[in-house]
Amino acid sequence: MASLKELKDRIKSVKSTQKITKAKQMVAAAKLRKAQAAAEAARPYAERLTRVMGSLASKVSGNDAPLLLSGTGETGRHLLVVVNTDKGLCGGLNANIVKEAKRQAKALEQAGKQVTFYLVGKKGRAPLKRDYASQIGDGFDTSEVRNIGFTEAEAIADDLVARFEKGEFDIASLVYPVFKSALAQDPTTVQLLPVPAPEEVTDTGAVVEYEPDEESILEDLLPRYIKTQLFGALLEREASEQGASMTAMDNATRNAGELIDKLTVQYNRSRQAAITTELVEIIAGAEAL
Amino acid sequence: MALHFELVTPEKLVRSEEVHMVVVPGSEGEFGVLEGHAPFMSTIADGAVQVIKTAGAAPESIMVRGGFAEVGDNGLTVLAEHVED
Repeated sequence: MASLKELKDRIKSVKSTQKITKAKQMVAAAKLRKAQAAAEAARPYAERLTRVMGSLASKVSGNDAPLLLSGTGETGRHLLVVVNTDKGLCGGLNANIVKEAKRQAKALEQAGKQVTFYLVGKKGRAPLKRDYASQIGDGFDTSEVRNIGFTEAEAIADDLVARFEKGEFDIASLVYPVFKSALAQDPTTVQLLPVPAPEEVTDTGAVVEYEPDEESILEDLLPRYIKTQLFGALLEREASEQGASMTAMDNATRNAGELIDKLTVQYNRSRQAAITTELVEIIAGAEAL
Repeated sequence: MALHFELVTPEKLVRSEEVHMVVVPGSEGEFGVLEGHAPFMSTIADGAVQVIKTAGAAPESIMVRGGFAEVGDNGLTVLAEHVED
C-alpha cells in the first residue's frame, strides 16, 4: 500500500496533467471554430472553379488536352501525397491517416506499381519511415507556419506540378483527413494528378465566348485547380486536427478526473486507517497504566 | 438595371453585390461588363478591377492577381488568387 505522501504527490501530478489537457481542449475548441469558418469561406471559390473546370474539360479533349489533364500515358509510378498534422495530442488522427496511406501503398504495390511518398506535415514521417524507409521522397514542412493559407498550398502545388512535368511520376494521389465532426475525421484518398476527368456537367446551352481560346484558359486553370484542391486539403487537415484534439483532450480530462476521485478515496481511507491505528495505540497505552 | 458582381478568392468571398458596370483587366485587353452581357470567359491579367456602382459614379479599384472572369446568366464572377483591397 502506497504511503500517504506518495498518494498525495500522485494526486497532485494528475491534477496538473488535467489542467494541461483541459487548457488544450479549450484552445482546440476555439481554434476549431476558426478552422471551420475558414473551410466554409473557401467553399465558393472551389465550387465555381470546379464548375468552370468541368465545362471546359469536357470541351477540350483528345490530343489537344494539356499534360496536366491527359497525364503521361503511363500508370507505373505513383506518388502518394500524405497530409499529416505537425503537432500531436490529437488522438488517433495521424495514425488513421498513416493507416490509409499504407493501405493505398500496399494495394498499389500489389498491382505492381512503384510507390513514393511526398509528406506534408511532420507527424506522418516516423511511422511511414518504419515500413517504407527507402520510398520517402521529399516533403513540405508546414511546422513553421502559424496560419496555414493559400501561399502554402501554392508552394506545394507548384512543386508537385514541376516534378510532374519533369516526369518524376505518372499519377499523384492525395491522402488527407476529411472533417466530418469533432468525433469523426475520415482519411480520404483522391487523385490529384493528372486531374481526373470531371463528371458530366449539364451544359447550359449558352454559347460562351472564350478569350483566349479554350485550351489556353484550361492550361491556365489546371494549376489553379490543383492549388485549390491542396488548399482544401490543408483546411480540412486544420479542422480535423483541432476537432480530434478537442475530443481526445476531453476524454483525457475526464479520465484524469476519474483517477483523481479514485486516488482521493484511497488517500482518505489510508488516512483514516492511520488515525484509527494511532487511537488504538493511545487507548491501549492508557489502559496499560 | 444592375449587374450581379462577385469577387471570390480561395480564402473568402470578397464581394457579392449589385453594381452598374465592372471593368475587368482581361489578358487580351480590358473589357467592361454591363447587365445582359453575353456569356463570356477570359483569363485576367494582374491589374485593377474597376467597379462602378451606379451610372456616372467614380470607379472603385480593386487590385487582383492571377485568375479569370466568367460572365453568365447570373452575372459576372471574378475568381482571383490574390486580392489587395
